[in-house]
Amino acid sequence: MTDSVGSQRKKIHPHKFTLWVALASIIMMFAGLTSAYIVKGSMPGWINISLPKLFYYSTGAILLSSVTIQLAEKAFKERNRPRYRSLMTVTVVLAIAFIVFQLYGFKELYNSGIKMEGSGAGQFLYIIFGLHILHVLGGIVALIVMFLKSYSGKIRSYNPVPVEVMTTYWHFVDFLWIYLFVFFLLKM
Amino acid sequence: MSHEAALHGHSEVISHDAHHDEHHVHHHKETFISKYVFSMDHKTIAKQFLISGMIWALIGGLMSVLFRLQLGYPDQSFPFLEDILGRWAKGGRISAENYYALVTMHGTVLVFFVLTGGLSGTFANFLIPLQIGARDMASPFLNMLSYWFFFGASIVMISSLFVQTGPFSGGWTAYPPLSALGEASPGSKVGMDLWITAMALFVVSSLLGGLNYISTVLNMRTKGMSMTRLPLTIWALFFTAVLGVLSFPVLLSGFILLLFDRHAGTSFYLSDIFISGVGPMDHEGGSAILFQHLFWFLGHPEVYIILLPAMGMASEILSVNSRKPIFGYMAMVGSLFAIAILAFLVWAHHMFVTGLNPFLGSVFVLLTLLIAVPSAIKVFNWLTTLWRANIRFTPGMLFALGFVSLFISGGLTGIFLGNSTLDITLHDTYFVIAHFHIVMGVSAFFGMFAGIYHWYPKMYGRYLNNTMAYIHFWVTLAGAYLIFWPMHYEGLAGMPRRYMDYSNWESFKQFAELNKFISTVAMIVFAVQILFVFNFFYSIWKGRKVTTQNPWESNTLEWTTPIRPGHGNWPGEIPEVHRWAYDYSKDGRDFIPQNEPIGPDETTPH
Repeated sequence: MTDSVGSQRKKIHPHKFTLWVALASIIMMFAGLTSAYIVKGSMPGWINISLPKLFYYSTGAILLSSVTIQLAEKAFKERNRPRYRSLMTVTVVLAIAFIVFQLYGFKELYNSGIKMEGSGAGQFLYIIFGLHILHVLGGIVALIVMFLKSYSGKIRSYNPVPVEVMTTYWHFVDFLWIYLFVFFLLKM
Repeated sequence: MSHEAALHGHSEVISHDAHHDEHHVHHHKETFISKYVFSMDHKTIAKQFLISGMIWALIGGLMSVLFRLQLGYPDQSFPFLEDILGRWAKGGRISAENYYALVTMHGTVLVFFVLTGGLSGTFANFLIPLQIGARDMASPFLNMLSYWFFFGASIVMISSLFVQTGPFSGGWTAYPPLSALGEASPGSKVGMDLWITAMALFVVSSLLGGLNYISTVLNMRTKGMSMTRLPLTIWALFFTAVLGVLSFPVLLSGFILLLFDRHAGTSFYLSDIFISGVGPMDHEGGSAILFQHLFWFLGHPEVYIILLPAMGMASEILSVNSRKPIFGYMAMVGSLFAIAILAFLVWAHHMFVTGLNPFLGSVFVLLTLLIAVPSAIKVFNWLTTLWRANIRFTPGMLFALGFVSLFISGGLTGIFLGNSTLDITLHDTYFVIAHFHIVMGVSAFFGMFAGIYHWYPKMYGRYLNNTMAYIHFWVTLAGAYLIFWPMHYEGLAGMPRRYMDYSNWESFKQFAELNKFISTVAMIVFAVQILFVFNFFYSIWKGRKVTTQNPWESNTLEWTTPIRPGHGNWPGEIPEVHRWAYDYSKDGRDFIPQNEPIGPDETTPH
């Protein structure tokens, strides 16, 4: 059996692989929604909107958070705990900033008269971006759990897999946002 | 070495070094709760899915008996119905509203809770680790969550049966506007909210399960178990999981938009609607067809999510009980793959009558008819596996044979319906009901029964009673044909679906006696299913004990475990695999298990 574990060393870790499959699944969900947007957008009576500038700021925040989490992973692998913790903190702050920008973006849109009634670009935006926020929130919860774990005195784990899984997920929500943002920009 | 190292992969091997010398499987203290309720053992989770699925099947089946009672005897009243259904069957006659609710719930329960949750939940969980040589799933915890989300979904769905306005009644496909407007019907009110909640939980359960099945098959195989040595069951369950993981999220997107239409005032699916007694609705600019696209993008793969596990199990059981290698192993894998791809490209054949562009329709006709090719390959290979075989008519084998028979008969009518020109006439008639019940309903049930009869000795260490099994098989097979065959004629005569009473309808009055006949057979078949359930539970405690490790003389790895395997499956090391799973009747030997090394002068293939 040691052999069978040995032969698995070359392979991707099952948890990482599971994450990749889960990401494919999330992509399908957003692909479904953006296809619905395209189908609906080609029908008569479609109402377009212009994107609030705030979404550019949030894009900056989430892009930056991808950089900080990558550095945090590097610090973790170098066993530099204090640096790892501070970079994780910065990532969480940037993530929260992203969500705040998004919500203010929604507010601006709402105040400009795009309410929930109807089924145009605005309503799709609320739902699609809102679902993306939920995925970011899930990531924040996981980040905070990992952050707190790094303070646990009992077990000092240097296992990089959870950190790598977290980083991959985080890059994914970043990538997903870029996809959605570019999609909406092109469709405006 | 502790089995945890294998469960969690390489990274935690270091931290478990201390346990290396331990060889026992049960080194956790197991309480009743951790062993039977919140279990992380894939075998227990499989049984949880199976028994929940059986309870659902009884509920869903009973619903069909109730509305068949109405269809068969529209002029009679049954006072006992009022006892069961209360005000939904005043005076012993099912109300129109309740008739629709029963039909809707029958579809939802059977399609999702029995033939998806109950079927892949059971056999993917049970067979994947055992047949690939793993101690458990890639993530036993997610696996446990998968069952408990399913349980939660079941509770919410059942609770919708008891709300004042009744369960959802707009059809299992939940088309708007009936599903989107609370004003549209009583069932569209809180019943529909519970329906969506239950389905959302169900989707989460399926996704968690599917993720696990895929990463387990790809990452946790024992030494020597290359993908091309996998039993066909595993290939089928693998493709099933892939289909689920890629199509259920799209259904969820559809449901999310539906929820917003219901509660937030959006109108993605709604436009220009006037409800009598309520007045015009505010919603404008939506498209009900949009929902159909999102729904059927899941809905068609869903058909294969139901069918592929049955195909995989039938392939395995046919080969074992024919004492012959499966014919065309690679063609079987290739056709499963082709079906999985095509499953995503044919959804609009459910929508030929929605005003779909005829050119687009013809593309979907072509893609749909292409599915006949891999399906025919599979049928050909099953039949050639049986050709000149030493067939052992075990109950599992009988059900596998029944599966092949039903798949052929139901598949042939699919060729009719896949043609948009014919579908325009046949759509919404009993022909469609007959087609899909035979090809995916009953045949998937036969695959499931085959699996239960075949792997029951591994699940419980006892056999099911054979006499009851034979009664179960013959009555169910004859009954399935007697129920659904006549429906083809009704459908060809134009008899539409979704009506509760045809007796005042000049064109279809002639079928009154036929409907009575169908209803009677349905009741008999349902009674036989109760016999099966009795056999199942009776045999858990009183069945004949399994005394040999490998009662069917089968090649696959699950039969190398102890008769009642513990958590971790193999007490010692996991066996190494040296050959494919189908070395039957080879070189003068009846069977050669997968873990037996290749002999010096053995002939190929192995």
